[in-house]
Formats: sequence, structure tokens, C-alpha cells
Amino acid sequence: MIIPEPFRLLTSLLAVAGFIGANAAYLVWVERKAAAWFQRRAGPTEVGWGGLLQPLADAIKLMSKQIIVPPGTDRLLFCLAPVLIMVPAAMCFAVLPFSAALVPRDINVSLLMVFAFGSLNVIAVMLAGWSSRNKYAIISAARVVSQNVAYEIPMLLVVITVLMVSRTMNLTEIVAKQAGGFWHWNVFNLAANPLMPVTFVIFFICMLAETNRAPFDMAEAESELVAGVFTEYAGMGFGVFFMAEYANIVAGCAMATILFLGGWHSPIGLWPGVWWFLLKMYFLIFTVIWVRWTFPRTQFYGLLNLSWKILIPLSLFTLVLTSGLLKIFGR
Amino acid sequence: MKAPFNEVISGFVSLLTGMGITLGQLFRPIVTVQYPHQTLTMPKRFRGHILLKKEPTTGKSTCVACDLCVKACPSDCILVEGEKKPGEKRKSVTLFELDYTKCSLCGACVEVCPVDALEYSRAYNLASTSKQEYKVMDLVKRLEDSKHP
Amino acid sequence: MLKVLDTSHSTGPQETFVLNLGPQHPATHGVLRVKLTMDGEFITNAEIVCGYIHREHEKMGENRKWDQFLPNTSRIDYLSAMMYTHAYVAVVEKAAGIQVPRRAEYVRVLTSEMNRITSHLLWWGAFLIDLGGLTPMLYAFDDREMVLDLLEALTGARLTFCYYRFGGLCDDVTDDFLTGTRKFVKHFRPRLKIFRRLVTDNIIVRKRLEDLGHVPAEMCRKYGATGPMIRGAGVAYDVRRAEPYSVYPELEFDIPTQPAGDNMARYLVRMAEMEQSLRIIEQTLDKMPDGPFMAKVPRILRPPAGDYVFAVESARGRFEVRVVSSGKEIPHRVRLRSPCFCNLSVFEEACRGMLLADALALMGSIDLVIPDIDR
Repeated sequence: MIIPEPFRLLTSLLAVAGFIGANAAYLVWVERKAAAWFQRRAGPTEVGWGGLLQPLADAIKLMSKQIIVPPGTDRLLFCLAPVLIMVPAAMCFAVLPFSAALVPRDINVSLLMVFAFGSLNVIAVMLAGWSSRNKYAIISAARVVSQNVAYEIPMLLVVITVLMVSRTMNLTEIVAKQAGGFWHWNVFNLAANPLMPVTFVIFFICMLAETNRAPFDMAEAESELVAGVFTEYAGMGFGVFFMAEYANIVAGCAMATILFLGGWHSPIGLWPGVWWFLLKMYFLIFTVIWVRWTFPRTQFYGLLNLSWKILIPLSLFTLVLTSGLLKIFGR
Repeated sequence: MKAPFNEVISGFVSLLTGMGITLGQLFRPIVTVQYPHQTLTMPKRFRGHILLKKEPTTGKSTCVACDLCVKACPSDCILVEGEKKPGEKRKSVTLFELDYTKCSLCGACVEVCPVDALEYSRAYNLASTSKQEYKVMDLVKRLEDSKHP
Repeated sequence: MLKVLDTSHSTGPQETFVLNLGPQHPATHGVLRVKLTMDGEFITNAEIVCGYIHREHEKMGENRKWDQFLPNTSRIDYLSAMMYTHAYVAVVEKAAGIQVPRRAEYVRVLTSEMNRITSHLLWWGAFLIDLGGLTPMLYAFDDREMVLDLLEALTGARLTFCYYRFGGLCDDVTDDFLTGTRKFVKHFRPRLKIFRRLVTDNIIVRKRLEDLGHVPAEMCRKYGATGPMIRGAGVAYDVRRAEPYSVYPELEFDIPTQPAGDNMARYLVRMAEMEQSLRIIEQTLDKMPDGPFMAKVPRILRPPAGDYVFAVESARGRFEVRVVSSGKEIPHRVRLRSPCFCNLSVFEEACRGMLLADALALMGSIDLVIPDIDR
């Protein structure tokens, strides 16, 4: 079936925007409910059945609040930062293959594009912190920048490992190569590299750090820096940061699914389709939430130590190991 | 050389243990009380604000307006007036005002009362739009209004 | 590992800024203000500004009759209300020469130790929140509520108990309370194991606490820091042993100490103290004598003129009450030596050169109750 190009563009745009919006809204609900259940509370119950309308109420509250730009701030950058964080997060979705046919835009360097846009997120956080003219925000921004730079490296090293195994930058093809049962997935591709599960864990940890999620939530660090870079943001300015955080998590978990968990492929080789992709992705998102509500925050230098002293050497080692194995045994 | 590897592995295991514990708690029942919908009944000894006891036979207070509670109160929040009605041996209370904004719920007044005329209320859902309602709580009036024996 | 800033070789004026922590900062647990002079993320100097919740408790004590001060004692350190009331009633009993019945003493020890557990549980939860872990607090509160339910059924209040009276207690313990307490002890031991696996063994927590926030014994002595602060520095100083009071000499318990003097040491001391409190509770339950719970006390108390001191081990350290009686109905002087004030004063010296996040972990490990600092 051939869909005319403008129509396809429009539907993809709407679908991606809707997907991000719905996820951002309902992941907040999921996070609050999951946090409550981890803590043996009930969570939101008042607005709608089981609190299902809570995101709507939150959105109305945030939108009806006055957006205050504190005096002395760099007004342009202050207002630009929420936009700058949202756009790259949304751009990633344009190339994510939800299933074999369900790709908004299938380009052959999609892997590169996702990571190129993914790393823009740090600039927005830095701008937010810098332009807020608030000490807490600046401290937090400085932390976030060094954290994201430190974690970009092992993350990309791990991605290069996957790249070498699958020999393509096209996300659709990367997934297509993992067809078959779960033993074909990259995470269990022990023939290419016996340390593949470790690389998956490294990718997951880096993803947590890149999206500023606990235990690496230096951007917010609410018990130390009040609300970190978001301290001065009110109303929807804060709301957009919040949405972008969830959009980034969804994008990150989707990438982990695509690169390591076989995308839309079924673990037993039956009924491949978008539902498997969503199932795996939401399981990873649940894990992200689960991690947040289990662990305390790491120290700032602790997480840098983790990156430079453990993750980077490990990912370099897996990279060398994979290339060596590929050279010797070939494909 | 071995120590850092051991630390990484044992640290990772400790993280997984923690996640296992929280996952275990996820499937256990909720322990909180959904407050406005569910409320708890207070135990018998709960110290709320004070009330004048109703004597079952007469339906009136046994208070003799001796002012001991006024003297015992550390926060000076009780005002008692009484009069000796003709034909009665003791004084009876005409006015018993509690300034609940000052009361610290210590119970000194209840303990000191020689005729055991005071009791603790078990109400804890106290809220009002005006301060005056708690500034002057007329306990004699409350006693007269109360339906229960 | 980069942990402490070395400023010895730097030259020229340093670019520092002042970071205001409080009085409504989420890390200070109340209205405490700390002015930090920061060099980047390193603290070069800290100035504590307290007094935001000064309520003149001492003066209040000098303005009212001896027994009218009783409700105040629960409100100085509201987390160890039982121990504080114990100190005050004990000093007045000492002054007036009142002999307290043994049953009352046992109940006092029992309820004080339960109070210590609730206090440590709250500290544990709040400390983990300082470290950024929000879930353990709810687990701690789950157990804390059980104790508070028991104490509420016994005393009528959940926090400001005001349960002790000169010469005994305001009401006797009930059988329900005793069986409920036994049940709690049984329930709480496995919970402590869960807490250990969830938090104490956790690598992130260990990295955040171990070898950070050193408060050596000399520093504790210099500022008069007591309680888990000095026990975490390896000194087995506990008022319950050093100046035995009530029926503590009849009970078997250890004084947990840790030699390291860092955040983790103080953490471990408190966790071990909860276990010791459980031991004490079990013993008091077993040994609970029958008899009256209240001594004969004159209605109007006029202790003979003199200067009386009594100290107890509260959850945070040595709480001492000194009263001067002039033989009147009203005390001449009431002096409260509260542990938090001394424990806090260590912070200024101990946090110098630390990173902000570590300094806040240090502050959390001191276990501050702000009304207790300001009194």
C-alpha cells in the first residue's frame, strides 16, 4: 500500500506528537502509581477512576499557573531552554522503528541521528541552569554537563559494539538482523561477544544517566539543590521539562529495545509486531521507575568515578573484544 | 587487582538485592488509610480537647466550678463561672469556656478535677473557617446540645 | 579519590560565593539556616544561624508551677518526648525526694525505649531522603506507626506523650499494650534485616557514607557532642551506663560503638541501637513487676531549696535538666542542656572542605531536631 507523501508526513507527525504527549502524561501517572505501590501507598485515587485523570488535572494546573521569569535572568535563553529540551527529544521519535512497517521516517543513518539529537539535551539543561541566575541552578547545571559528557562516551562505545555486530546504521535493519527467537537478540548474541549482557547493562546505566534519572538525578537533586536547574521555572516551563524527561526516557528505552532486545521480534519467534516492541519498551520503562524508587542518589564524583573508572574501561574492553572476535571468526 | 572487580560485582549484587526487596513490597497490600474516605477511631485514652461529662441521671454537668482546672492549666485557657442555685448544696457551672487555640492537650485539668467532671473528646477532625470558633469553645452549651448520654 | 579540597597551595583571592541553606531548604528539616561559603562545590566555611524557632522553654519553666512545665518537655525534642519528660520528672522527684514505684520505672524504661525506636526510624527515613532515596522512609513509617499506635492507646497522644508524672505515670499500662509490644518486637527484628539488605548493604549508600564526614572523638569532646555522634567516634559514652538511672542497671544491653567516626559509623550505631532497644523492651516486658504505678505525691509541690541535675540518654544524646528550687511552688531556674545544639556545633568544623552533597549527608547523620536546638 502506497500512501501519498504529504499525507504520510502529516500522519507520522501527528502520531509521534500524540505518542509523546500520551506517554509523557501517562508515564507520570504510572510513575506515581508505581512509586506508591513500591512504598505501599495507594497513589493518586481521587481524579477519575484510579486517578486516571490525574495527568489532565496536573496539566490544567501547570497551564493555569503564571510563568514567572525572574528579574535579572537572560530572558531569551530562559524561555528557549524548555523548547530546546523538548525538540531533540521529539526528533528522535521520527526515526524509531516501532515495527517492520511502522517507521515514521526510515533513513539509513537513523542510529547516528538519534544519538546526535540525544546529546543536545545537555545543552538545554545547561542553558536552563545558566540563564536562571540561581546558585542552585548553576551548580546543578555544571553537574549535569560533566555527567552527560562522562556518560556519552561509554554509551557510544557500547553502541559501536552493536554497530559492529549488525554492520548497519539503519535501526530497522539492526532490528531485522535480530529476527528469530530471543537467542538471536543482540543482548544474548554471545557468539559475537561473550560480554553482551554486560554491554546491555552499561547501556542501561548510561541511559539512566543521560536522561538524568535517579540514581543519577543531578539535574534535580531535590534534597541538595532544591530543584536543581528547574528551581526558577514555574507553570508550563517546568511542565515542558517534565514532559521532555519522560520523552527522553521513552526514547532511551526504545533505543535499548531496538539495539539489544530485538525490537518488534517476539522472543519465541511467533507473532512479531509492534506489541512486542511496546511490551519490551514499557518493561524497561518500568525498570527505570523501579530503580528510581529503590536507590538513593549517587554522589556527583561517585557517578563520574563510575563512568571513567568502570564503565569506560569495560565498554572499551568489550569493543576491543568484539572487534577481535569479528576479525578472527568473521561472520 | 582482584579487589576492584569484586567491588563492582558485589556492588551490583547489592543493587539487585535492593530491587528485589522493593519488588517484593510492590505486591503487598497497601498500608495507608485513605483519609477522608476512611477514618480511624481513636483509642479510649485519646486526648482530644476537653468536654464536660454528662451525668446520666440529671443530664447536667457535675462541675462545681471550683476553679482547680483553671489553676492547673499551664496555658491559662480555661474560664469557669458558677453560681449557687437555691436549694443546692454546691455550686453548679454556668460558664465553662475553653480557649482551644492555646490548649496543649496536656490533660492537667482532667486529672485535677475533684468531681471527675471532665473528659477528653475523641474528635480529631477539627477544622473551621473562623478562629473564633476555637478561641471560645463553650463547653456548657456543647453539653446541653449533645444528644448522647 | 577527590573528596576534600586542599586549599593550602592556592594563591591569591579565591572566588567564593555564599550559598544559603535554609530556613526553608529541603535539606535542613526545619527552620535551620546555614550560610555556606562555597568554592565551587566545596565548602570553605559554614555559619549556622539558629534561633528561628526559639520558644523560651527555659523561661516558661520558670514562670509556672513544677507540674505545669510537664507538657513543654514533650515539645522540646518532639521525637524523644518520653526521654525528655523522664529527665524532667526525675529531676523533680530527686528534688522533692519522691520514691517512684518499681512498676512505674519499668514502664518508663519500656516506653522510653519504644520512643527511641520511633525516633531512630524517623531519622533513618529522613536521612535516606537526604541521600535521595524516598522509599525507605515509607517502610520506616510503616513500622513507626505500629509503635505510635501502641503508645497512643497507652498515653492518648502520638507524639507529645506527656505520660510520666512526678512519682509515676498518669495511667497504668494495659495488657493489650504489653501483648502488642511483644508482637511488635517479634515483627520488627526481621524488618531490621530487610532494612539492612535494602539500605545498609547498598553500594550507593556505602559509597555516600563510608569514609566521609569525619567527626573524631576529640572534636566531639571539644563541642560536647554526645549520643550516636560520640559513640560513632568509638567512645562508649552512654548516660544509661555512665550515670545509671531508673532501672537501667538491672537490664542487660550493649552500647554499640563504631571506631571510624564517619557518616557510616553513626548510621551503624543507630541501627544497632534499635536492636539494643528491642532487647531492653523484651527484658522489661519479662521483668515487669506488679504494684502501684504512682507514688503518693503532695498536691502542691514545694521541693526543698537546692540545685538539682538529672541527665538521661535521649535518642540524640545527653539531655540534662538542671533545676534550682527556692522552696517555692515555682522553680527558680530551669536549665535544659539539649543534645542537638552541641551536636550541630560540630558541623561548622567538620564540614569544611567537603562537597555540598557530602556535607548534607553529614548534617543528616547528625540527626537534628531543630526545636531542640533552639529550645
